[in-house]
Amino acid sequence: MAEGQFKEGIASGRLAPAEYAANFADLHPPLDEHEALVEADRCYFCYDAPCMQACPTSIDIPMFIREISTGNPIGSARTIFDQNILGGMCARVCPTETLCEEACVRETAEGKPVQIGRLQRYATDAAMEAGKQFYTRAAPTGRRIAVVGAGPAGLAAAHRLAVKGHDVTVFEAKEKPGGLNEYGIAAYKSTGDFAQAEVDYVTAIGGIAIEYGRALGRDVHLSDLAASYDAVFLGMGLAGVNALRAEGEDAQGVEDAVDFISVLRQASDLGSLPIGRRVVVIGGGMTAVDAAVQSKLLGAEEVTICYRRGKEQMNASEFEQDLAASHGVSIRHWLQPKKVVAQDGRVAAIELEYTAERDGRLAGTGETVVLAADQVFKAIGQTFVPAALNGSAATVTLEKGRIRVDAEGRTSMPKVWAGGDCVTDAREDLTVAAVAAGRDAAESIHRVLTSNGRA
Amino acid sequence: MADIRNDFIGIKSPNPFWLASAPPTDKAYNVERAFKAGWGGVVWKTLGEEGPPVVNVNGPRYGAIWGADRRLLGLNNIELITDRQLQVNLQEIKQVKKNWPDRALIASIMVPCEEASWKAILPAVEETECDGIELNFGCPHGMSERGMGAAVGQVPEYIEMVARWCKQYTRMPVIVKLTPNITDIRYPARAAHKGGADAVSLINTISSITSVNLDTFSPEPSIDGKGSHGGYCGPAVKPIALNMVAEIARDPQTRGLPISGIGGVTTWRDAAEFLALGAGNVQVCTAAMTYGFKIVQEMISGLSNWMDEKGHRSLDDIIGRATPNVTDWQFLNLNYVAKAHIDQDLCIKCGRCHIACEDTSHQAITNMVDGVRHFEVMEDECVGCNLCVNVCPVEDCITMEPLAAGVIDQRTGKPVSPVYANWTTHPNNPAARVAAE
Repeated sequence: MAEGQFKEGIASGRLAPAEYAANFADLHPPLDEHEALVEADRCYFCYDAPCMQACPTSIDIPMFIREISTGNPIGSARTIFDQNILGGMCARVCPTETLCEEACVRETAEGKPVQIGRLQRYATDAAMEAGKQFYTRAAPTGRRIAVVGAGPAGLAAAHRLAVKGHDVTVFEAKEKPGGLNEYGIAAYKSTGDFAQAEVDYVTAIGGIAIEYGRALGRDVHLSDLAASYDAVFLGMGLAGVNALRAEGEDAQGVEDAVDFISVLRQASDLGSLPIGRRVVVIGGGMTAVDAAVQSKLLGAEEVTICYRRGKEQMNASEFEQDLAASHGVSIRHWLQPKKVVAQDGRVAAIELEYTAERDGRLAGTGETVVLAADQVFKAIGQTFVPAALNGSAATVTLEKGRIRVDAEGRTSMPKVWAGGDCVTDAREDLTVAAVAAGRDAAESIHRVLTSNGRA
Repeated sequence: MADIRNDFIGIKSPNPFWLASAPPTDKAYNVERAFKAGWGGVVWKTLGEEGPPVVNVNGPRYGAIWGADRRLLGLNNIELITDRQLQVNLQEIKQVKKNWPDRALIASIMVPCEEASWKAILPAVEETECDGIELNFGCPHGMSERGMGAAVGQVPEYIEMVARWCKQYTRMPVIVKLTPNITDIRYPARAAHKGGADAVSLINTISSITSVNLDTFSPEPSIDGKGSHGGYCGPAVKPIALNMVAEIARDPQTRGLPISGIGGVTTWRDAAEFLALGAGNVQVCTAAMTYGFKIVQEMISGLSNWMDEKGHRSLDDIIGRATPNVTDWQFLNLNYVAKAHIDQDLCIKCGRCHIACEDTSHQAITNMVDGVRHFEVMEDECVGCNLCVNVCPVEDCITMEPLAAGVIDQRTGKPVSPVYANWTTHPNNPAARVAAE
């Protein structure tokens, strides 16, 4: 009987223990001091730097890099945290290739941008490892603010509010904080329990109490929060997953990619995680790539991403696509799921239909292909679940299925702000955009509660 | 194929690249290796007088400054003259010269500033049949405290005196090595010339402290927590050396005095620049100490290829070619008008030109045009200062374009005059006004 990678069906322990450790090591290992100095020297210290403009949190990138180059990583970290208190995680997970590094003038000049993400990690790691806290709380304002969700948006909001002297209670549905930093995102992008360490670092400022296992709409209710707190920030992300809308998708072995990633992130022994010999991932975004690459790293023999449009339309950046390809994942375009072929209730294959764009509309061509599959991951987008608003949905206006907010993060409901993936225009659902939204909403809340910023 | 054979005050070498008197030329082992690698000549590390040799510190002798990737930009040393017995050095010099008759071998000498000392050592050196001597009046550290090296080089009268003794007591060609640690390099050069020296060589190292250890507050290099100024050399000192070479080359009182150019020569290009400013050959040290002797091969091939490309047949075609173009500020053409021009196809939009001009110069470069990031020179503000060219990270992206005669200078509103006119005749010059009255 075949063993390891060639074991039929869904099985655990496809690899030797050491292989798991090697496979899930840091994707971008930290720069050592000399590497950081050399890389920092490549920065031109641009005027009104394009990288800074491209950063959703507007980190003063030329300044923090200059601080690294002069042997001042602690000052550098301060420059980063001033704009983005989750700069450590963003350094690891930001698709820098489509943000700061894409805008870097050295990308224009020579196709090799300054490695801004890795430099940011160098500085933030230095400060976090030294336990260096840069912020102290302003005098207590006596104001209490409820934050829903301990993900990037909620944490950024909570920290900024705590700095301003407000007391924050965070309601988190799960048992751990961090949101997608803890439960989403490929493991090789956030190694060594960094998500938890970062939350500890952020909350060390004080004035932030996190209550776990408290889900909005189940354990706490928006109307109550609005009534008993001075302000509410909603940063609960997206709880729903889109359906395949393919026949037979309830077969065993058809799973949500986000659940797969979440289980993987929490697993203490990767060897115990079952993975199919042949895996098909449906979708074209970061989650699809994260699920596909990690399937491969767990020992799947054959992993295929199927996306219903072309390469250019994929939400996963080119870097991510290349990463998948380099791990042996094949990416197939212009294919949409039609039917899950099951045997004894278990997925055995998936039938996909070729698509084409006609007059700007995507349609099946009628031609189909069948891919053998032991496991099918759905990574076709997550959705906001308005039920959590628990009757307040009438007051909290939605737009395109998510919460509508104004430029400052205010919802249509008085005293309630929102930010992160749960709002409309969440900027590609990026961690860094969620941080910016949480931070800016906190500033807005502070202005409102303190008559224009004056306590 | 260009002929790069060198004849410097009658001393012949297959190329103009000599190793300067320094650690790389301290003993036969090194010098043999250098000649094998292709060096045209060697100035043996400075000999002292007979007797117990000097001693060196037993801690660090060198300090440095680096670029971010540890590229060595400047080196500083506190090593003294040779710490080996005079007789050992002399025997080795004699043997090496015998082994390498086609290469130049010069002995560097430093003895007390007394006639008897020089009179004693010169015959012994002459006996080695080396090609000439170089008087070390340059070392700024250690030996200068004992009244030698730079202590002599800083007093023109001493230079003249010792040069004269040497010309008197030996038939060997005499090169006087000058210290840059003075106010005006022309005075020591004139003194050497007056004393009858056949040539000068320069620059020796510049007094320097490379850095301070901010944990111990000791200067670097640190010897048991203390530091002493050393001699600075390497790429960082080249501009200083070039100027000093040019100053001597164009000084009417020393015109024609052969110069061996030293100071930061790292590539063939550096060497060609020294030659163009009037040096008859060059001496190299730091580059060899950084990369080893093999670099001379690049220097030889680079110089030859450049000469072939430009049609220069021999070193005489290039030596001193730039000297006449070195002039005093007062003779620069004030009617020459140039404006910066930014090549938009090459521009990577870093904005350094803008902020340099905006913050520190003449507010003559845009950063935004019609709401778009765009860097362009405003000719009505541009004074042609060249700062933008110097801070631009892209080669040839910003160039200085001279305005043709007759074209209106947007800044002054006046047409560019075709006539050469300098400060000496400028109406704002009080001296010129006096002369006109």
